[in-house]
Order: sequence, then C-alpha cells, then structure tokens
Amino acid sequence: MLGWIDTVLQGILLGGLYALYATGLSVIFGIMRLVNLAHGDLIVLAAFLILALATAGVPIVLALVIVVPLMFALGYALQSLMLNRVLGRNILPPLLITFGLSIIVQNGLLESFSADTRFLNVGPLQGASLPLGGGIAVGVMPLICLAASIAVILLLNGVFYRTAVGRAFRATSDDVEIAQLMGINNKTIYALTMGIALAVCAVAGFFLGARANFDPSIGPARLLYAFEAVIIGGLGSLWGTLAGGIVVGVAQTVGAHIDPEWQILSGHVAFLIVLVIRPRGLFPRAVD
Amino acid sequence: MGTGEPIKLGLGESHRRGRHFAVATATRASTVTLFLAVPGIVVLLALPAFASRVLLQELFYVFTMLALAQLWNLLAGSAGLISVGQQAFVGMGAYALFACTVVANLDPVLSIVLAGAIAGLVAIPAALIVFRLRGAYFAIGTWVVAEVCRLILAQVKQLGGGTGTSLPPDVASSMVGLDFVRNLFAVRGPAARDILSYWLALTLAVGTFFLVYRLLRSRHGLALSAIGDSETAAESTGVDVFRTKLFIYVATAAATGMVGALIFLQKARISPDAAFSLIDWTAYVIFIVVIGGIGTMEGPIIGVVIFYLLQYYLASLGSWYLILLGGLAIVLMLFAPAGVWGLISRFYDISPFPVRRRLIVRVGKVADEKESKN
Repeated sequence: MLGWIDTVLQGILLGGLYALYATGLSVIFGIMRLVNLAHGDLIVLAAFLILALATAGVPIVLALVIVVPLMFALGYALQSLMLNRVLGRNILPPLLITFGLSIIVQNGLLESFSADTRFLNVGPLQGASLPLGGGIAVGVMPLICLAASIAVILLLNGVFYRTAVGRAFRATSDDVEIAQLMGINNKTIYALTMGIALAVCAVAGFFLGARANFDPSIGPARLLYAFEAVIIGGLGSLWGTLAGGIVVGVAQTVGAHIDPEWQILSGHVAFLIVLVIRPRGLFPRAVD
Repeated sequence: MGTGEPIKLGLGESHRRGRHFAVATATRASTVTLFLAVPGIVVLLALPAFASRVLLQELFYVFTMLALAQLWNLLAGSAGLISVGQQAFVGMGAYALFACTVVANLDPVLSIVLAGAIAGLVAIPAALIVFRLRGAYFAIGTWVVAEVCRLILAQVKQLGGGTGTSLPPDVASSMVGLDFVRNLFAVRGPAARDILSYWLALTLAVGTFFLVYRLLRSRHGLALSAIGDSETAAESTGVDVFRTKLFIYVATAAATGMVGALIFLQKARISPDAAFSLIDWTAYVIFIVVIGGIGTMEGPIIGVVIFYLLQYYLASLGSWYLILLGGLAIVLMLFAPAGVWGLISRFYDISPFPVRRRLIVRVGKVADEKESKN
C-alpha cells in the first residue's frame, strides 16, 4: 500500500515537470491556435544552453536567468520573422515550419554537443530528499520543480488577467479581427506569446536537466507529454494543464510500478482513454 | 469512369442560343501522358533484364518512397488530414509481415496483402480516437498513436522485443514466384529476390498512383476537395464528412502498411525503432510531397526525384543533411508553399495528371461535345 502512495506521490511531482513542458504549448495554442512541433526540442535546447553556460563557469541559477530572456528573444524572432508570415486558415505551413525547426534543433544539438547524455549539476540539492515518514521521501528538486510550475502558472495568469497587455492577449485569443479593430497589433501579440512560451521552455529545460539525464534526441517525447497534458487538462486553462501534467505523470509512475517497461506506454494510454471519455479534456474553457 | 463524361447543365435559355456547357477533367497533356504511361511501365517491368542489381535496389527505394508520398499526399493534401504519424502503419505493416511469415509460416507475398489488411484494421480504432482532435492537434495525436504502436510491439518477445529480429533466410527464399524469376533471368537466389521485390515495389507505386488518381477524379474526389475547402459547407451539400475522412484514413493506412511490409521484407531485419521511425517514414515523406507540390499528382513524382538526388549526394553529411532538409522545408513553406510543381504550373499551363474539373463553354453545335469527352 505504502508503495502505491509513494508511486502516486512521485507521479504528482513528475507531473509538475510535465506541466512546465506543457504550459508554453498551452499558451501558444490558447492565443494563436498554433502547435509548435519543435516545442520539446526547444526545451532540450534551453537545457543545453544552460549546460554550456554552467560549463563555462557561470553559476547554474545565473545561467537560467540568462537563458530565459535568450529563449524569449528566440521565440519573438521565430514568430515575427517566420510564423507570422504564414498565418492563416491553412495550418500546414506553420506546422511544417516548426517540424523543420524540430529537425534542425535536434541535429544542430547533436553536432554541437554529441549524443552523450548530460545532466545539470545543481550542487547539494541534486540528491537531497525530505523524509515524510513511513519510508516515503520526496526529492527536494522535484518538489522545487512542482513549486516552480505553480509559480509560473500564477505569474502567467497574473499577467493575462490583471494587466493591460494581458487584456490584449485575451482579446486576441477571443476574436482576432475585433481585437485588431480595437487597435491591437495581433502580430506583436503573437510574437510576445511565442516569446513567453519559449521563456517557460527555458525554465522547463532547467528542471529537465536538474531532475534527470538528457541528450539531443529526447525532445519529441517531451513534446508528446506536453501535448497530452494540454489535451487532458482541456484547452485554454493553465490550471487544467497542470492537472493534465499530473495525470500523465501519475499514469507513468503507476505503469512503471507495475512493469518498468510500461512507463511511457501507460502515459500515452491514459491520454487516449481521456480522449475517448472526455474529448474536450477535464477542465475545458476554450471552444475549439 | 463517370467523371470524364461531360455533365450537361440543363439551362434552357443557354441551349436555345446554341451554347453548350461541359465539365471535363481531361487535358491534351493528360491524353499524351496516358499514351506514354503504358510503354513507360512496360520498360520499367522489363528493366531487370538489363539493369544492374544496384540500380534495381535504388529504384526499389524510390518506388516505395513514391508510394508512401502519394498516400500521405492524398491524406494531407486532399483530405486535409495532416498526419505526422504514418510511421504507425509502416511499422504495423512491417511487423504484421514478420508475424505472418515467421510465426504463422505464410508466404511472404501473401503476407504483404495480409499486412495491409491488418494495418487497415488497426487504423479504425486509431481513427475513432484521433478524429476527436482537430487540425494541428490531430497531427500530434497521430504521432502518439504511432508511439503507442511502437511501445506495444517492443513488448512482443516473439518478434524480438525492443531489439528486433531478423527474417530467417528460408522465409525469404520461399517467396512465391521466386523460381520463375530465377529461371527467367538465369540468376541466383538473392538477385532473384531483388528482382521480385523491385516488381512488387513497382506494382505498389503504380497501383497506388493509379488508385489515388482515379479516386481524385471520381465524385468522391470532388467530395474530398469540398471537405478540404470547408467541412461545414461540404456537410451542408450532402457530403458525409466523417465517413469520407474515415475511409481515406483507413485506406491509406492499409496501403501504407503494404508498403511497410514490402520495405521490411527487403530489409529482412526489423526493430521497433526502425519500423516506427519518424524521420524515415514521415519526415522524408512529407519533405517529398512538400518540395514537389502538395495536393497534386505530379508533386510527389518530382519530389521523390529531388529527394533521391539530395539523398544520393548529401546523405553522407549525416546530421548536416537533416539540418539542410529541415531548412529547405522551412524556406519552401515561407516562399513557395506550392512546391516545385506549383512554380512550374504558374508559368506553364500543363497538367499531365489533371484532377481539377474545368467548365467548358462553347458556342456552337452539340457535336463539339466529343472533344471534351476523354
């Protein structure tokens, strides 16, 4: 019994990481109805950028602080230089541009950093854990990661619901034509959206590297977990995305508890089951 | 075929003035193509008599990729079902072939057909789930399905589990028709196998092409392009959108499965990572269709030639080759989303494989009708 409680607890913590992967994707879809197939690879890219800075002697937290605006700038440029040019009813061009980007990022990382597995050294916190009694313990790093994902969602919701620019975001999301009539430049909003999404990717990349090993090839799998979290949570709600991440995380640890080879598979199966039972997700808000 | 026939629009007023309307798909170029196609296919069939084994192996690759490209083109270009998970059906077909031959001891050629049926069967529940997602989310949903298939088959220990397995030599040498080929060309076993595989690949490529072409020119093709333009409008004019999409999805899955089975029969070795490879069976295929021109019959043919040349000269660059392909795809989407064929048809009004209907208006006698009746 205790083993199961531990399994679910670890799953919830893993869900915090998946929610971080998924938040950027959820924001992009909520505002632009766009899917970024390179999302997972960009998370891995952020992890490698932090690694490169850390290797050069920059303290790891400072490295994160540097990479967040860097990824924001990359997202802003990606959207304004490329994706804004192909906006429209046809979803194929943006989809294939991000698919091409995914392949470029993956192979670019392979060329620059080789296929070796890496991890981010976060010092004494790395292996630290808090005993909860009864033989159950939770890692400090996973706990910080879950806290970080909650903090990121609180921050984003604060921006979206309490600021003037947030109002512009929501207006663009609701009806882009009317928003334009009100003097909102939707292309700027889209560029900012992608910037924010990639800034969150930087945070996700940090925790990806701090919690587990990574190598250039693992991006697509992160994209799938993120996507599943978004769909399970229901489109348009960041708290739903957190819940979706936790569902995927718990499904994976429960699957792994039964047979270690079933970890990834059970996450995917949980997603498919939710899709069959509740196609609009657990907490749907947006109609789309 | 019903579509080539001119449809007379019963507009009394127009008739009295001697005007005549007709709808046709055929063009002069398409008639020429039709006459060239037959000898072309005959030459390709006879090729093993003088071509080297290496050339046949290369053409095998080209034909299988062409078939996969034409199928993805039908799915994404015509039905608007943008899938990045077609590797699910290549892999299912491949594993079904190994199951039929290794476990059930069936003939490999028969197994290819069975593999197609199995891939089609798998596609039905898959479709019912992923059709709940729209647009770009449908795309990632198909990818999840492919991952599920890969992870499940990695658990099947009889087929090698995660590391994969090889086809026993006696399976390959038991192929139906092998003795015939051996005697016909006076070659040894492995060479005869290559010839037979080449013929099968040619059959699948030409067969796929012909069936897709016919489908697009039929009334179902018209329904498909209506769906592509607007699902709501198509539904309101009586197109059963769900059934049409389901049919296309399952049919392409079955055909993709047959191609996958043939590819891995020729490779004679299978593993989950190779059979369900996103790069090999989806990224390359999408690249072929997009660089050639999505939504056209001509596109994949041009695309596969360009892709083959790039692969031949640049594949040795490894990661840089993939970076180049990704970059090319991006540049293409930004500046020439209609692909090479799109550029050509902008300057020259030819269409060897027309699927569009054109309205022909004539002032004069009904006798002219014959001309448009191709």
